Amino acid sequence: MTSQEKKQLQVTACKVRMGIIESTHAAKCGHPGGSLSAADLFTYLYFRELRVDPANPQWADRDRFVLSKGHCAPGLYAALAHRGFFPVADLVQLRKVGSYLQGHPNMNSVPGVDMSTGSLGQGISAACGMALAAKVKKQDYRVYTLLGDGEIQEGQVWEACMFASHYHLDNLCVIIDNNGLQIDGDVAKVMSPYPIDTKLEAFGFHVRTIDGHDLDAIEEALNEARTIQGKPCAIVMRTVKGKGVSFMENEAGWHGVAPNDAQYEQAMTELKAALAALEGM
Amino acid sequence: MADVKKMATREGYGKALVELGKDHDDIVVLDADLAGSTKTGMFAKVYPDRHFNCGIAEADMMCVAAGLASTGLVPFASSFAMFASGRAYEQIRNSIGYPELNVKIGASHGGMSVGEDGASHQCCEDFALMRSIPGMVVICPADGVEAEAATKAAYAHKGPVYLRMGRLAVPVFHEEGFTFQIGKGEVMRDGSDIAIIANGLMVYEAIQAADALEKLGIHPRIINMSTIKPLDEELVLKAAKECGKVITCEEHSIIGGLGEAVCSFLSEHYPVPVRRIGVNDQFGFSGPAAEVLKAFGLCAEHIVEVTLEFLGK
Repeated sequence: MTSQEKKQLQVTACKVRMGIIESTHAAKCGHPGGSLSAADLFTYLYFRELRVDPANPQWADRDRFVLSKGHCAPGLYAALAHRGFFPVADLVQLRKVGSYLQGHPNMNSVPGVDMSTGSLGQGISAACGMALAAKVKKQDYRVYTLLGDGEIQEGQVWEACMFASHYHLDNLCVIIDNNGLQIDGDVAKVMSPYPIDTKLEAFGFHVRTIDGHDLDAIEEALNEARTIQGKPCAIVMRTVKGKGVSFMENEAGWHGVAPNDAQYEQAMTELKAALAALEGM
Repeated sequence: MADVKKMATREGYGKALVELGKDHDDIVVLDADLAGSTKTGMFAKVYPDRHFNCGIAEADMMCVAAGLASTGLVPFASSFAMFASGRAYEQIRNSIGYPELNVKIGASHGGMSVGEDGASHQCCEDFALMRSIPGMVVICPADGVEAEAATKAAYAHKGPVYLRMGRLAVPVFHEEGFTFQIGKGEVMRDGSDIAIIANGLMVYEAIQAADALEKLGIHPRIINMSTIKPLDEELVLKAAKECGKVITCEEHSIIGGLGEAVCSFLSEHYPVPVRRIGVNDQFGFSGPAAEVLKAFGLCAEHIVEVTLEFLGK
């Protein structure tokens, strides 16, 4: 990617972060921390990687994305909105009665959402089903799924990993958002999932560990994943929970709490400054 | 009755899958290391490229089925009733029920008639669990022919379906070529002294009970209510109005199954006295199926006893 393209993605990622803050602030609840840690990935996927068409969200040959860590819907919604699946202005309807932007992704109400998720550990299995369907139907779409590092404590995740490897789902890319924190604190203290990379390797995955905020690293890992044949790929992204909003960074308390009015102002001021700095570059 | 043809409902399921596979290339079948028992192995033999063993991982299997269905394929996911409805309940609720995905769950070895394996495998709670999921169709066919027809009807229906089959070979009383209609009960005997509404292997027991009762001058109406949800309310209402008393019979807990569905409907629309024959909030135990069924009153003799007591005879 050119430096201009990269700058454009950084600008978009900043807008996605603003969408996360605006929507959770308007809802007075939701999950900003893990949405912010995955914001760069959401942006890269929807603006550079995925073969999707916002005008035709049900396109049969589209690439699929399953947000297995469904509570990070604010991040997914912000990326979908900026990509043109629905109006950015609707983001503030998050979690409101009558809104199509449900607290966790609903594939039947939100344009661009490929699977209803929210109960942890299930999305990766559904992604396996989609990848298997491509093999059965001889279609060339790819399937991506994002899991939390706490989520992989769910036993079903490892059932799905066995499945992906057993059926040689090389059209599947499993991404782990390793921000190190879950609701009750440090993942290593709550129930350590480590080592993540060698576990996935033992399950038959081609594994890359990257900095999940480095767009070049994301690009390189996703490009490499497309070349791997006969086995599924996994990308372990080291990230910062709450990334981009100073007082949310590396704080487990921001897992599932919305900013109040003062915090909202501060977060938006920081993000606007970051945006202005990028645009002035 | 030595010459009565017997067939397990799971056999009918396996036969139907093979037939459906011939005409419909959108069918895929999943199993969790029980393909020989659930009879999906019959499909695997003919269509190995469309049968996927998920190993002993029912939770994963249900969500894989959801992913397959999201692309337009029609997965039939099979295991024992205990593990399909119990182990994977939340996967079915959240990844199949909530997104309204077109997944068919073929659950075999339901009820006490699992026999020797005992309580850990004798699932008598699956109707209750599956009925509680919005949009889920719940069917328990009475014989092998009906199971075959119900499996085809499940394919034709768009949306999630739970099909409960049994391990035991049971008498076949439906004619070959029978057409199954989801949500429609079937009057097997048209009496009006009392209505006996049954499903699964209890339908044949109810018919046997009717033979005995008729010799005593009592003419029961026997209804095969193979679809538990949606319930054929019209048929239940007519039976209550014309017979005045209702007995329900099921190889399931009296909590949450056919009996409770009938009671819920009647209590709001046309209250009549009801007796529920089923498993009375208990776990089962090991033994030959026929003996276990008898021990829990899941037999014609007990239906006769309850009927006579209920009618004050």
